[in-house]
Amino acid sequence: MKEIALHVLDLVENSARAGAKKVRIAIIEDRKQNFFKLVIEDNGRGMSQEVLEKVKDPFFTGQHKKVGMGVSLLAQLAEQCGGYLEVDSEEGRGTKVEAIFRRDHIDRPPMGDIPETLMVLLALYPDLEVEFEHVIDGSRWMMNSKELFQNLGIKGSNDLGLLLPSIRDWMASQEENLLLKGGKIDENQDY
Amino acid sequence: MKIKTIEDLKKIKEEAQQKTALREGVGDYKLVVYMGTCGIAAGARGVMSAILEEISKRELKNIIVTQAGCIGLCDREPLVGVEKRDGEKILYGNLTPEKARQIVASHLVNGQIIGDWVVSAQQ
Repeated sequence: MKEIALHVLDLVENSARAGAKKVRIAIIEDRKQNFFKLVIEDNGRGMSQEVLEKVKDPFFTGQHKKVGMGVSLLAQLAEQCGGYLEVDSEEGRGTKVEAIFRRDHIDRPPMGDIPETLMVLLALYPDLEVEFEHVIDGSRWMMNSKELFQNLGIKGSNDLGLLLPSIRDWMASQEENLLLKGGKIDENQDY
Repeated sequence: MKIKTIEDLKKIKEEAQQKTALREGVGDYKLVVYMGTCGIAAGARGVMSAILEEISKRELKNIIVTQAGCIGLCDREPLVGVEKRDGEKILYGNLTPEKARQIVASHLVNGQIIGDWVVSAQQ
């Protein structure tokens, strides 16, 4: 996949299919220490020890299908970028996936279109509480979908449907602000 | 207008509410965007985003947009299913955001199936 944001979409789909009510997405970048961390944590049904051991195997899946590429693709990518992927899960409690990359590694995909990923998630899972946080060198922006919907007085799916592209634009301007605050970041720059 | 703050968003919501009732499509539809890992890698997110934008722009109501996982047609991704309440099911394949917009306009608004992009049809 060409973007970190697409991996986020793919992994949160897993959370939603595991019956999660809440998912926390955090992206933490530090240019001095040269790391890029992605955390996705949900309160879905979790995995047993047995399943957990096989989670990075692309030909293993816990769902009713034949393959399970999602986590294995991200794990391979993180390792290729001088990092690693860790999955922590407990049955009945939830799952936490943490992927660490060397930030300036040439193979690390760009962040990509996070606002579009979040919009698609809000559209598909309006009842899932999505908490998103993006930190660059200590500056951050965050949002919580439940609070946002309450704040805007969104009641039904018709309400939400009309407003989604505007919500995406709002999130895009938060991202833009963060990049300005954290200093201009050129994805192709060498440090 | 550039949307920067929550206040901007609230304003847009108020404006939307003041408009008269939303327009109905030809029938009530359910759109299924296939969002397995294969779908996402092939561009399902952009397709979904285009559909959401078009629904919002055209102020369509009673359209459910949902997702499903991999159905084994990975080489035809991105796939979108259009299901009518009376049971008619059309599966479109090899989509792009632009094609998805045309499906909303032609199929959902005017009831015209775009035959060239159909992978399978079920009456």
